[in-house]
Amino acid sequence: MAYSVLVAEDEPNIVLSLQFIMNKAGFDVRVAEDGEQALREIETQKPDAVLLDIMLPKKDGFAVCETIKRTPGWADIVVIMLTAKSRDTDKQRALGLGADDYITKPFSTRELADRMATLLEARSGQSG
Amino acid sequence: MQGGLVVSVSVAYLGLLFAIAYYGEKRAAQGRSLTNNPYIYTLSIAVYCTSWTFYGSVGRAAETGLDFLPIYLGPTLVFVIWSVVLIKIIRICKVHRITSIADFISSRYGKNFALGSLVTLIAVIGTTPYIALQLKSIATSFNLLVGFQNPEIAIYGNPFGIDKTLVVAVALALFAILFGTRHIESSEHHEGLVAAIAFESIIKLLAFLAVGFYVTFGVFGGFGDLFHQAQAHGLANLFVISENNDYGQWITLTLLSMAAILFLPRQFYMTAVENRDETHLRTAAWMFPLYLLVINIFVLPIAISGKLAFAGTASDADMFVLTVPVHYGQSELALFAFVGGLSAATSMVIVASIALSTMVCNNLVMPLLLRWQLVNLRERGDLSKLLLSIRRASILIILLLGYGYFRIASESYSLVTIGLVSFAAVAQFAPAMIGGIFWKGGSSKGALTGLSLGFVVWLYTLLLPSFAQSGWLPLNFINDGLFGIGLLRPYALFGLSGFDNLSHALFWSMLANIGGYVMVSLWGNLSPIERIQGRRFVDVYDDTLGQNDPRSWQGSVTTASLQEVVGRFVGSERAHEGFRAYADGQNIVLDGNEIADSNMLANAEYLLSGAIGSATARVIIGSMIKRENVSMNEVHQLLDETTQVIEYSRMLEVKSAELEETSRKLQQANKRLKEFDSLKDDFLSTISHELRTPLTSIRAFSEILSEGGNTTDREHQQFLAIITKESERLTRLIDQILDLAKMEAGRMDWSMSDVDPTSTIREALAAVDGLIQEQNIELILDLYKALPAVRADRDQLVQVVINVVSNAIKFCRHPNGIIRVSARAEPNGLLVRISDNGAGILPEHRDFIFEKFHQSRRGSNQMPIGTGLGLAICRQIISFFGGNIWADNSDDGGAVISFDIPFGEDGKPS
Repeated sequence: MAYSVLVAEDEPNIVLSLQFIMNKAGFDVRVAEDGEQALREIETQKPDAVLLDIMLPKKDGFAVCETIKRTPGWADIVVIMLTAKSRDTDKQRALGLGADDYITKPFSTRELADRMATLLEARSGQSG
Repeated sequence: MQGGLVVSVSVAYLGLLFAIAYYGEKRAAQGRSLTNNPYIYTLSIAVYCTSWTFYGSVGRAAETGLDFLPIYLGPTLVFVIWSVVLIKIIRICKVHRITSIADFISSRYGKNFALGSLVTLIAVIGTTPYIALQLKSIATSFNLLVGFQNPEIAIYGNPFGIDKTLVVAVALALFAILFGTRHIESSEHHEGLVAAIAFESIIKLLAFLAVGFYVTFGVFGGFGDLFHQAQAHGLANLFVISENNDYGQWITLTLLSMAAILFLPRQFYMTAVENRDETHLRTAAWMFPLYLLVINIFVLPIAISGKLAFAGTASDADMFVLTVPVHYGQSELALFAFVGGLSAATSMVIVASIALSTMVCNNLVMPLLLRWQLVNLRERGDLSKLLLSIRRASILIILLLGYGYFRIASESYSLVTIGLVSFAAVAQFAPAMIGGIFWKGGSSKGALTGLSLGFVVWLYTLLLPSFAQSGWLPLNFINDGLFGIGLLRPYALFGLSGFDNLSHALFWSMLANIGGYVMVSLWGNLSPIERIQGRRFVDVYDDTLGQNDPRSWQGSVTTASLQEVVGRFVGSERAHEGFRAYADGQNIVLDGNEIADSNMLANAEYLLSGAIGSATARVIIGSMIKRENVSMNEVHQLLDETTQVIEYSRMLEVKSAELEETSRKLQQANKRLKEFDSLKDDFLSTISHELRTPLTSIRAFSEILSEGGNTTDREHQQFLAIITKESERLTRLIDQILDLAKMEAGRMDWSMSDVDPTSTIREALAAVDGLIQEQNIELILDLYKALPAVRADRDQLVQVVINVVSNAIKFCRHPNGIIRVSARAEPNGLLVRISDNGAGILPEHRDFIFEKFHQSRRGSNQMPIGTGLGLAICRQIISFFGGNIWADNSDDGGAVISFDIPFGEDGKPS
């Protein structure tokens, strides 16, 4: 069964590229354009992973990550933060909130797909 | 009783007095002072008790009962309660070598000659009735004693062929001359005089007590019996305070006597000038009131016994002390009483005439002689003889004045009334004296005004009426006023009635005096010397300058000639001593040829002050050195500590306020710097984000495409289009950043020309039309077709409109956004306003929105976040065009961005 991934990103072209990459890697992909929509999508159907942009409208990526990691039953969702901001403080903050990985834009498509697969396998290894 | 016996006893008594004085001086010369103890000092102050006390109190008590008491209540209050004033006056006298009350007042108000002579004048005129009173009592008592059983040679009989009173006056004058003018330095202590006066105080007390004891326990069976009989004979009214319930007069009398004990020339002389040691005042503070109490114990008994003994006859109650013993056949007691009365009268006359003669000489005659240059200081000769002659003549004249007043006025007045006229005159000194030692603001003009006004009122309301009542002036002057003007009646001035004559006079004279003194003082400015003297008197206790007059002298006079001049006033021996003592004190040796420095001159002035008073001393030293060089010292003095401290603290306050202001500005600047820093940080982060976002798409799609084979043709085309579009976006952003940098650095290439606004704005709107349509925003245009051309770079102007409208799109309401663009000609140029219907601009952002790092978070979430450069670029462009761009909120709350641009050369509005 394919893993499901939620792409939370507001920049349409980047969404398009992520959708394409994740589909090619064999994931089920859903999209959310802002932070609140992302949480609603998770509630509707819990994904295995979330690609979470930090500069999201309405509710930024930090807040969404925090909610995910604090909500019972959601903590095992793999969260990969995406950001165009390269400041170290942002990376520290994201990992401090429980994000599983932190990837700076622009990113390598291959690397993104590899990291996602590695994290999901590690998670299923722990749980299974 | 034989007149010869009485005369012999009198002469013998005066001889004894002289012997005592001689002995006192001899002891002083041997260094074994007789008078340097508090008890002798107190007894010498009892010169206050004159024949008024000795005879007059009984007379007063026989008429009005206890009304004689306030005259003793006042001094008691002063010594017990108000000794702080006394001590201060004494200290000032010592520090400044004051010789008299005239010297005191003159010195206090800047060593002022006019003031000193006015005080002297008032003192002489004011004391004259008082001296007349003593002469009257001596003459009357003599007559009574000699002529009691021989009515035919009674009061105005003339057994010697001349007026006895004149003889008494001259005799007393000679006695005073012998006593008081043996030395020249009037601030030196006259031990002989003090000893004799103290002795007289003992004699008058004993004589009065003897009569009192005899009456109370000899004639009656003690106080109880005496008062019982008085009651039986209807004299009970004498036991109560004030028959007429006239407490107003009690207060007046108490106040008058308070002034008298302080400012009567003789009291001032005995209490302040002759004081040896300030601690003696501690004893006097209880002993003098006690003396007053004791001498008053038998006043009422003697008055009652007189009333009982002479009931029904027209006997002079003023002489009961004498006539009651005579009535009961006690001639020896009567003779003792006469001697007591004589002692009371002589002590007053001697001290008063000496004190007054010092004032006349030092404050009136000598200054005038020096001023009129009748005395040539350059001439050789011993001036101390001249000084002594002036004093002696003054004594004689003063006593003759007293005699004159006696002949003119004393017939119609009782002893007490005459005395009170004098008290009221002396009371005029009170404002200038009390003000002078407690108020630095008092000026010589104020003191002159106050004294003159008070004195004139006193003359008019008390002295002149006394002449009128004696028949020397028309009586209708009292009844109808001067020139028949009712308001000028001397006993009801300006219609004020209901007071007794004395209270009335005191009220008006004090009102005029205090009013004149205070108002004139407040009105004018103090001269430097007035300021200095005021400070030295008021702050006498903490005067660290000590004897050094800060207005020091400068001049070119040798010490030898200085010493010689001083010697001519005080005697060469004393001058020599004074100069040697000064040299010893300074550890210098004087050879006489050195130029006297300012300290030496001050020393000479000090030595002279003791002899001739401070004002005259100053004139003499001043005339010797020709020129008073005081300016620098005055300036220094004016900048005295207080002024400096005030000035300094004021400067500190200013500095501290400046520092606070600077620190506040620094804090503000720092805060702004931090804001800018944070904005710059945010900006860099934003730029990074904006650059990375298109880069992300470009890299992602490039990688996807380069994998090859797993994309459809349609995807392939779409991805390539995205890469192109994002590359353009990236280029635009980089262009903006570079443009701004160039504009800020002034390296922008502008192509300026006359530009048609309408077409330019329309072109810009066309560029953002897609965005407007997409957001369903209603665009309202308000453009005049024929707008004059503006001077601008057309492309840049398009950029401005695009940027501002893009901004409006971002911030207007969603949905139902409305954007209004208007352009119209104004006198100064084209005005363009672009408004939206969004939430408006927060007041705290208004100042920042044109800063290049500023980004508002209130924009629509539908819109991409801007670069934060748009409006900053607009501002750069518009200001290059010579216009302004600004932001405010419209009435419905939306934001309005307005800018204006000057018209082109040919485009001025028609």
